[in-house]
Amino acid sequence: MDTQKDQVTIELNDTRLEARQGQMLIEVADANGVSIPRFCYHKKLSVSANCRMCLVEVENAPKMLPACATPVTDGMKAWTKSPKAIAAQKSVMEFLLINHPLDCPVCDQGGECDLQEMALGYGGDTSRYTEGKRIIKEKDYGSLVSTEMSRCIHCTRCVRFGVEIAGIPEIGGTGRGDHMQIGTYVQKALSSELSGNIIDLCPVGALLSKPFLFSARSWELKSVPGVAPHDAVGSNIQIQTRNGKVMRVIPQENEAVNEIWISDRDRFSYLALDSEDRVTQPMVRNSDGQLVETDWQSALEAAVNGMKMVASTDGGGALGALASPSSTTEEFYLLQKLMRGLGSNSVDHRLRQQDFSGQSDQIAPQLGTTLQQIEQQNAVLIVGSDIQREQPLLSHRIRKAALSGAAVSTVNPDGIEFNFPLSGEVVTDQLTPALSAIARAMVDMGMGGDLSGLSALVADANVEPAHQAVAESLIGGEKAMVLMGEIAYRDQNQAVIYALTGAIASMSGATFSVLTEGANALGGLLAGAVPHRDTADATVDSVGMDVASMVDMAPKGLLLMGIEAESDLAAGPAAADAIRKSEFVVSLSTFADSVTMGKSDVILPLAAFTESSGTFVNAEGEWQSFGGAVAPKGEARPGWKILRVMGTMANLDGFDYNSSEDVLSEVRGLCDQAETEKWSWSALSDLGDASSCTVASTPIYQVDSLVRRSEPLQQTPLAHAGQATTGGAE
Amino acid sequence: MANQVCFRNNHLENSWTLAAYQSSGGYEAVKKILSEKTSPEELIDEIKLSALRGRGGAGFPTGLKWSFMPRNAPGQKYIVCNSDEGEPGTCKDRDILRYNPHQLIEGMLIAGYCIGASAGYNYIRGEFWEPYSRFEVALEEARAAGLLGDNILDSGFDFQLHSHLGAGAYVCGEETALLNSIEGKKGQPRFKPPFPAGFGLYGRPTTINNTESLASIPVILSKGGQWFLDQGLPNAGGEKLFSVSGHVNRPGNYEVPMGTPFSELLEMAGGVRDGHQLKAVIPGGSSTPVVPGDQMMGINMDYDSIASAGSMLGAGSVIVMDETTCMPRVLARLAYFYYEESCGQCTPCREGTGWLSRVTQRIEDGNGAQADIDLLDSVAGNIEGNTICALGDAAAMPVRSFLKHYRDEFQHHIDHKQCMVTSDW
Ligand SMILES: Cc1cc2nc3c(=O)[nH]c(=O)nc-3n(C[C@H](O)[C@H](O)[C@H](O)COP(=O)(O)O)c2cc1C
Ligand code: SF4
Ligand code: SF4
Ligand code: FES
Repeated sequence: MDTQKDQVTIELNDTRLEARQGQMLIEVADANGVSIPRFCYHKKLSVSANCRMCLVEVENAPKMLPACATPVTDGMKAWTKSPKAIAAQKSVMEFLLINHPLDCPVCDQGGECDLQEMALGYGGDTSRYTEGKRIIKEKDYGSLVSTEMSRCIHCTRCVRFGVEIAGIPEIGGTGRGDHMQIGTYVQKALSSELSGNIIDLCPVGALLSKPFLFSARSWELKSVPGVAPHDAVGSNIQIQTRNGKVMRVIPQENEAVNEIWISDRDRFSYLALDSEDRVTQPMVRNSDGQLVETDWQSALEAAVNGMKMVASTDGGGALGALASPSSTTEEFYLLQKLMRGLGSNSVDHRLRQQDFSGQSDQIAPQLGTTLQQIEQQNAVLIVGSDIQREQPLLSHRIRKAALSGAAVSTVNPDGIEFNFPLSGEVVTDQLTPALSAIARAMVDMGMGGDLSGLSALVADANVEPAHQAVAESLIGGEKAMVLMGEIAYRDQNQAVIYALTGAIASMSGATFSVLTEGANALGGLLAGAVPHRDTADATVDSVGMDVASMVDMAPKGLLLMGIEAESDLAAGPAAADAIRKSEFVVSLSTFADSVTMGKSDVILPLAAFTESSGTFVNAEGEWQSFGGAVAPKGEARPGWKILRVMGTMANLDGFDYNSSEDVLSEVRGLCDQAETEKWSWSALSDLGDASSCTVASTPIYQVDSLVRRSEPLQQTPLAHAGQATTGGAE
Repeated sequence: MANQVCFRNNHLENSWTLAAYQSSGGYEAVKKILSEKTSPEELIDEIKLSALRGRGGAGFPTGLKWSFMPRNAPGQKYIVCNSDEGEPGTCKDRDILRYNPHQLIEGMLIAGYCIGASAGYNYIRGEFWEPYSRFEVALEEARAAGLLGDNILDSGFDFQLHSHLGAGAYVCGEETALLNSIEGKKGQPRFKPPFPAGFGLYGRPTTINNTESLASIPVILSKGGQWFLDQGLPNAGGEKLFSVSGHVNRPGNYEVPMGTPFSELLEMAGGVRDGHQLKAVIPGGSSTPVVPGDQMMGINMDYDSIASAGSMLGAGSVIVMDETTCMPRVLARLAYFYYEESCGQCTPCREGTGWLSRVTQRIEDGNGAQADIDLLDSVAGNIEGNTICALGDAAAMPVRSFLKHYRDEFQHHIDHKQCMVTSDW
């Protein structure tokens, strides 16, 4: 780009400023710290110029111009606080207030309301308006967003959000003039997975968090930065608390990760924290088979002694550990350190994976690029993923790419729909043949190399026009990515699918991205919480049991961390049975599910994500640390502390950490030293099995114990929408 | 002279038929252009020479507007005719559609040719069922005669023309709201820039003209730009349609030269109804400022002369009021109109029109307060110039002019809780 030509000089409030041609005046003002009042303008939304609050004086313009919609030109002179500008701004403020209920004392937005704030600067102290005020009936937007539409100032931010960001135009303006109402027209609950963002966007108290309603005033809240624990994006959040209780969660801007958005899951999962089945006391099962509350010391002793007993009678290999994929890196690291210290490599967090045969070739599955780079892609192939529900804000980046012209195609089971246009679709409940055909099309176009173990499969594939089109769009895309999602990842034939997907990516020169479950699967892998690799990808002398083997073999001693067997494991009921068969079970639990309560010999109350410090590694490989926002509930303790004491009690070396930062620096140090190997598909040997069945991806509000317990999330239409996929995993 | 442009055929029997139109030389202009392949530049120069100014209200020179179109840029371009005619007092476009639809079609064909558009839309006011139906018949006739469609008269020029019936919103007469409405969106004005010549219908370059502007084109090109210019004034050529309504003996549309004295126009309309005197005139449609009758009698019907009286020619909709008229009552009615028709998109208009309407109605009802007159003036002033489209200004201008000229009547309503004039209508 010719920057010389692009550059213009303007005078804003008599100060010379450099700007880019075509930038809106308000952007230039914002960049230079000149404040211009505004309601409708929002940097992430299109310009609507309807509130008129940003009117400023521009030289030679016959009237005041809206700064949000006035492109700068070389030599432009503008004044944001001239008498004329101020008069226009004040008059707009007066118009906004005449029909506004001015019920700030009973409005949740109070203290963080743009209208309230600007009225202080631009409003009068008495009203010249003596007519009756407009009253608008409340809308029912469902369980997450509460409305008080008489407060609406018709800025249409929520409307534009629906069209431009959520991709579901659910909200609009109906009626004309001052009868105009913002709403859904036909009453309905919002169905976007991002709907809660309109609460932040609404500049007034018209749209509010329903669960938070009337529970606190904004200025009473203490805000602590955190990271959302539901997917591999690692959205940055602010956890807002009062008197040691989490009152709400709002986004923290981070352009590189979640921009300014969070998913509804990220926003409303905190509501599970106080659910009745929180585990708040250490418990030990007595000789009558009853769980009884006890003190930490006794519980920890019972746990460690029990595990050591199994190890001493049956060997360390008889112990297994399963952890939630949303555990912190510190927890993963200490868990595997404890288990390996006790002589077992059987540690796993890949709870919904079924096929582990390719695990030794699958080195640290991750995005392979940055989240921001996704937007720059010209071609994207999504393999086996309900990406919009699996990784809402990563999907948003794909949507942006698609809307700016990228060819996005999918190989997916039937019935999965996205809020972005697809250029090609292969609908199938058999991923392997479809991927083989795409690979074959590439080979036929001369892209192939040595496919080694995949050769036979690819050679036999039947290329149909849809496969050909996908192959061509990937090869044609200057920047392309092939993204393997949850449905593919947990396929019973995952090894082949993984290899094929990798092959397609490398033949077409595309980035190979693999997205795994939970908030910290990559952290789990790097920390070594897998049976086939030690920390930082170090080799192990003997491969331990993976999740599937543990379900099959029911290890004698089991250590569970943040697990609800029936809901969290692919094997579901079979997993629960395996646990029941085990001789000695220790559970670090945040919630009391029936399997844990019915079977565990020792239950150690585990702090929730708001109550512990820790680190998540997101799909892009970014290590994001956070501190605890509130004290753990009851007697609960952060996982890293529990595991540290267990290590010490088990007389293992290297467990004397003073803080989670100590743990982090140890594991981070190991990872930083390690050479990260690149996965290479051509090294594969003999992969012949073509039979694959797709399984469903976990519904968006079922992925973890938090969202499952968030009542308001459970009441949304999305919680009930049958997310598609064919059966066949039985 | 009168009735030489848009109404030139109205005397013919069944003037709206293709046969009648052709009997008076209809479609000859476009045929000549297409056979001689006259260059669009040449045609646009001719229109510039004619000093035809847009008849939709703003009076923007039509030739100049056409020259803004990126004529040779690739891709679809559109010509759109604005037959929404919603301004109170206006009823001229309706009669063009009813009596001379083919002249509009020919005008749109030529416009399409000049700006490089192969498709056009005529957006017709929702309530105009009869004119719409007649226009549809005319379209069918033109298509059947090979005057619309592909490769018109073997010239290689394609032009498709469709009409689109609105749903009765005044604001859809604003050109960008009109475009949104054709696109099936809510009829609310777009923020400009971008202007339609760059980003118009479906995001493509588009020219929007009023019905009368477009229907004048064939006459200009067949009789010459100079002829048209000679009918009117140097900066505003031609004859123009004036819709005279209100307290006159013969309300109706009159096509007379630009610059015709108001007194002559009034006379053509039969003068003020018998036994009454002229009190006030709204010269250009309800959104233009009111002018006291005696002042009006010294004014000519052209842009500059009316501007000298503080008002505007607008769409040429002359509303005549005699001494029985209660001005607060008229203003209350007008304010209510704009209140009801505001699209509600931008703050000053959405909130301000309701405010104006409520206060004017209160005064009319005898519940006015002393501060109300200044309040009205100030609220109107705060709307003016601060909105997305000109509807805000249209709502404000009558208020300010009524208060300026008839403040005493408003004061009387407030002081005595009753009207100053005895109204018997
Ligand atoms: C609120 C509003 C209503 C309007 N209604 C009409 C209308 O009914 N007919 C019309 O031709 N122009 C109307 N206009 C003007 C158009 O926006 C536009 O200027 C005109 O159609 C251009 O055509 P012209 O250049 O031939 O006059 C309206 C403008 C506003 C702001
Ligand atoms: S509800 Fe809020 S965001 Fe939506 S238009 Fe009204 S004020 Fe704007
Ligand atoms: S001025 Fe009135 S009609 Fe025009 S855009 Fe604004 S609200 Fe709508
Ligand atoms: S912020 Fe510019 S008009 Fe609303």
